[in-house]
Amino acid sequence: MTAPIIEARELAIGWSRDAVLVEHASFDVHAGEIFGILGRSACGKSTLMRAMIGLEAPLDGDLTIAGMRMRSLEGERPVFGVMFQQGALFGSMTVGDNIALPLERWTDLPAAAIRAMVRAKLRLVGLEGAEEQLPATLSGGMRKRAAIARALALEPSLLFLDEPSSGLDPVTSAELDRLVATLAHGLGLTVVMVTHELGSINAIVDRCILLDRDTRSILASGTPRELRDSAHPRVQHFFNRVPEAA
Amino acid sequence: MATWQITRRDGLLELAGELRIADAGAIWNTLDRLTADPGPRLDLDLGQIAAIDGAIMALVVDVRRALAARGAHSEIVAAPSNIQPIVHLYRGDEPTPIVARPIHERAIARFGATVETALQGFRRLATFAGELVASVAMIVRRPAVAGWRAIPSLVTRAGTDGIPIVLLLDFLVGFVTAYQATRLLRIYGANIYIADMIGVSMTRELAPLMTAVIISGRSGAAFAAELGTMKVSDEIDALRTMGFAPTPYLVIPRIITLAIVAPVLTLLGDVIGVFGGLVVAVTSLDLTSHAYIAELRGILVPSDVWTGLVKSVAFGIAIAVIGCRHGLATRGDATGVGRGTTATVVSCLFAIVIIDTMFTVLFRGFGL
Repeated sequence: MTAPIIEARELAIGWSRDAVLVEHASFDVHAGEIFGILGRSACGKSTLMRAMIGLEAPLDGDLTIAGMRMRSLEGERPVFGVMFQQGALFGSMTVGDNIALPLERWTDLPAAAIRAMVRAKLRLVGLEGAEEQLPATLSGGMRKRAAIARALALEPSLLFLDEPSSGLDPVTSAELDRLVATLAHGLGLTVVMVTHELGSINAIVDRCILLDRDTRSILASGTPRELRDSAHPRVQHFFNRVPEAA
Repeated sequence: MATWQITRRDGLLELAGELRIADAGAIWNTLDRLTADPGPRLDLDLGQIAAIDGAIMALVVDVRRALAARGAHSEIVAAPSNIQPIVHLYRGDEPTPIVARPIHERAIARFGATVETALQGFRRLATFAGELVASVAMIVRRPAVAGWRAIPSLVTRAGTDGIPIVLLLDFLVGFVTAYQATRLLRIYGANIYIADMIGVSMTRELAPLMTAVIISGRSGAAFAAELGTMKVSDEIDALRTMGFAPTPYLVIPRIITLAIVAPVLTLLGDVIGVFGGLVVAVTSLDLTSHAYIAELRGILVPSDVWTGLVKSVAFGIAIAVIGCRHGLATRGDATGVGRGTTATVVSCLFAIVIIDTMFTVLFRGFGL
């Protein structure tokens, strides 16, 4: 196994000390793997990801990315790309301008080179010809593909995806999973993915942690197969889609 | 004729008959009246109910919750087997966990919450002011961090697109103000002073104020809605993850835009407002346009115009800061955006009047 690119030790996250979502969270994400953060709604999956990308300060513990302690990245060239749940494309800009934005900010490439890179990124995610379209004219799946293209604009080695399948039909969701897996393996990306979609977990996740909102902790960690085979009743509830009261 | 009946007997509230959503209003009022003084325990007897739908079951469950909040214990009793499933579905058979707190504790908690909210608001405002100062320093060091490219389109939207409404409203303000004065001016034979009155009042006060009100409604609200929507759709977070600082990238260009646009629109307002007075002078006071303009040139001094323009710059900056601040503070969903937009307009109007007062006193202090 490769060296960890992300190391979390005794991490506590939440809105305040009185509203902790996850505590004592320790895990590693290794270079080149697709790592899943799983759990039921409101268990703190997205908040954990927000802490990992510097949008929320952890309440406690240590979090390092590529050996550097995590902090706000405002004003610095980002070392990772992020795709938010609804894509978060800038509605007033075309898809092409959305992807060009980080390139214009952080490189001194001429406009023609930036446009060429934008076209290449769009081809990479299967959105050729969408350069001049406004995000509002795209379908949910296309919007997420465009958001992935923007997240990859600066060639990061680490990609964060927040609920990539949410709001998508099963076929589109599976196509997006395949795209993520193809990009991860083809570009050598490390992918951290927040999800509760069993289809995505089984299809592309290499290793994962399962968060539990009742104990506010990591309930289980390992490969999806190891978690599916776990004897822990709550893990079973999650993977077998059984209501806990049943 | 009612198909239902609710009666109270000591510690028991008896519900009978068919309780349906069509009678929900009357049933609600009856339950409210009969549980006004619940005592320590008031059980709900469903033994005589022939049928009850989900809407009324919801009311019954809420009565239990309200009773518990007032410190009265309450159970649903004698539910016949045919309605037990709906009782269970609406959780009418679960204990009500809410425990009444003494009134004084609630009052103290409310007071504490109010103070805490006020302090949080003040802290957020101070943080935003600090961020603005830090952003200016950041821009001085690295000009590329500001969203300069957005300024031309912002000027078009906030300025050029707003010209027609500014011209129309400032014309009407000048016209109406002059029209109101005509009767008095005629009585005293002081028709020519219409030019003095309109000239000074439009340039020093009315045009800056009216233009600022229009900018608040158009641009202040638009900034709040735009940034608020970006906030709730994660676009602001996306900017952060791409290494952009939102304040220099989004807020500073908007402040610069309104600092440019407000005085320009005010100057146009000055001219058109004075023209509104001219129309009244010619049509209602038998003055010639020559006489009106000659009087205007005699009475207006440069400070009349530039004090108004200085005020308008302050108005513009305040409107942009308030709009952006409310936009970036938006939480939740579309409701939060609406709330932020409303708060922006109200805060802007308040700020405009305060700033106007301060400048008026200040200018008078300097003999301007």
